[in-house]
Amino acid sequence: MRHLYERIDRDPRFHALARRRSLLGWGLSGAVLVAYYAFILAIAFAPQHLARQLHDDTVLTVGIAAGLGVIALSIALTGLYVWRANRSFDRLNAEIVSDATRDAEDPHAA
Amino acid sequence: MNRPLLKALLTAALLIGMGASLGAFADAAGALDGVNKKAIGMFFVFVVISLGITWWAAGRTKSTSDFYTAGGQISGFQNGLAITGDWCSSAALMGIAALIYTTGFDGLIYSVVPFGAWPLMMFLLADRLRNLGKFTIADIVSLRMARVPIRSLIASAGLAFVVGYLIVQMVGAGTLISNLFGLQYEIAQVIIGVLIIVYVAFGGMIATTYVQLIKAVLLLSGATFITVAVLAKFGFSIDGLYQAAVANHPTKEAVMQPGGLLPDPINAISCGVMLLFGGAAMPHVLMRFFTVPDAKEARRSVAWAATFIGYFYVLTFFIGYGAVVFVMKDPHFLDANGVIRGGANMAAIHLAEAMGGDILLGFISAVAFATIVAVVAGLTIAGASAISHDLYANILRHGKASDAEVVKVSRYAAIGLGALGVILGIAFKEQNIAYLIVLPFTISSTVFFPVLFLAMYWRRLTTSGIVAGGWIGLASAVVMLVVGPTIWKDILGNPAPLFPYKYPALFSMTISFATMIVVSLLDRSERGRKEVAAFEDQFVRSQTGLGAEGATQH
Repeated sequence: MRHLYERIDRDPRFHALARRRSLLGWGLSGAVLVAYYAFILAIAFAPQHLARQLHDDTVLTVGIAAGLGVIALSIALTGLYVWRANRSFDRLNAEIVSDATRDAEDPHAA
Repeated sequence: MNRPLLKALLTAALLIGMGASLGAFADAAGALDGVNKKAIGMFFVFVVISLGITWWAAGRTKSTSDFYTAGGQISGFQNGLAITGDWCSSAALMGIAALIYTTGFDGLIYSVVPFGAWPLMMFLLADRLRNLGKFTIADIVSLRMARVPIRSLIASAGLAFVVGYLIVQMVGAGTLISNLFGLQYEIAQVIIGVLIIVYVAFGGMIATTYVQLIKAVLLLSGATFITVAVLAKFGFSIDGLYQAAVANHPTKEAVMQPGGLLPDPINAISCGVMLLFGGAAMPHVLMRFFTVPDAKEARRSVAWAATFIGYFYVLTFFIGYGAVVFVMKDPHFLDANGVIRGGANMAAIHLAEAMGGDILLGFISAVAFATIVAVVAGLTIAGASAISHDLYANILRHGKASDAEVVKVSRYAAIGLGALGVILGIAFKEQNIAYLIVLPFTISSTVFFPVLFLAMYWRRLTTSGIVAGGWIGLASAVVMLVVGPTIWKDILGNPAPLFPYKYPALFSMTISFATMIVVSLLDRSERGRKEVAAFEDQFVRSQTGLGAEGATQH
């Protein structure tokens, strides 16, 4: 297995894929952490903003809408990540792995 | 354990289960009203089905891989449901409804914030965990680290996590069941203990998975029924429901606004750290990632789990306020002093009765019982794997134990943990266990999250760094909890706490991360140098899944 790992490690496509994956993962994590900490800090520091009514004809508050919004955002971003990873990332990954495996079996290649 | 013996034991357990349920049934028929009969009858059906599944699963549980990971053959969708079953304890249904019933909006904080653990788990941990893992989270870390010190740390922290969580579940279960079914507290403990031992010791991860899966379906449908019934009373006008809640609640408009549950910013931030990062690294949940064949199915599991759990949390927005409207002023649910019967924890159960009469009450009661059983089963198998795989097979036997020996130890560990749960459940009866809910989440955010995260992402991490940071972090968390407001002041009766914050996770996680990083950077040992050099191979495997356990061979 080690020579395969080394072969893949030398493949620039592997590092490009790892970079794309980590960019997406970190970007989405950042978005989620910002959303949750905005919610938590608003409760701690500025509860009066969450206590406001959404509009004059309702008892629904900004806080209720924000809570539902944060849950909805989490589900949506989780779905987005899976969609990207299970489609383009897995396809690229399969190409990289199968190329490395084929090269390793063919003594004339590489 | 040979097959005939196993069958005989299973038959005995089945009969005991039937006997206990029938006994309770007869008792209920004589001494209690018809409501309990329906609840016990429905729970009885759940018990019979789950024991049948355990019988079937026992025949398929031979190797350690069967026992810990169901042979890695669970699909992403099934695993997503099972994870939902693992995650949603009775606290999620009854505790959140109770908090909304008493404090209004503040209860919703516990629906919203814990959910943040799910996207983080997906973006930062899921792929790499599945590609690197085998049976337990210690396997991932010990890929390039020294086996004995790493497993000692993670298994010890894991057992502290499991025992703390177990006590909370068992005490909650005893109280709930004596309220719902009219059973004695101690009898309820023994029934849960026996069921757990049978599920886990005989059926291993296969039986545990199906118990959790069935429980998740029951919980989601029960919560959906209640929500639809509540909204139907207002012609499906959400605003109509909330207007009625504002009119009914003693705090009026404030029921829709943040109150004083998170009084100061440091506690709020620390509580957030605990729920987000601690929730993302709980060993009994992460262990479920190894039951699917590959990283793609692991991602699907998380996506399904996040969808179901998020949906469930949204329903609590309606169930909690529904209880304010339909339970708070109804004399049927109040005692002579006008206080809710059985305490605020019964708000969701009373609401079920208000919405669907005896049938829905019986169903939701049975769901609550099944919920506890499934969560305790998940904790027990996580604890049993820490004992048999990490401590016994890898430390005591230096990885030389046979598969059959390890499976046998796993079964005994499950029996031991089930018995321990019953003993602790009885010992902690009617005690203030609020601090025990904070303990497992704090351990998770202080030990499991930093260790896993750095092991998978940071090249320079070494065994010395993990051991120093893990143990110092764990010790600091326990000390801060003991001298904090909950234990030092409220339980021990001292005038003022030595540490001012209820939630130490922000501080203990920082201590843990900082110590791991500093000690690793100072580590000049030969072992440390090799561990850093091994990062490349681990990185390629974590990204590609090449060489992962249970993956298709290329």
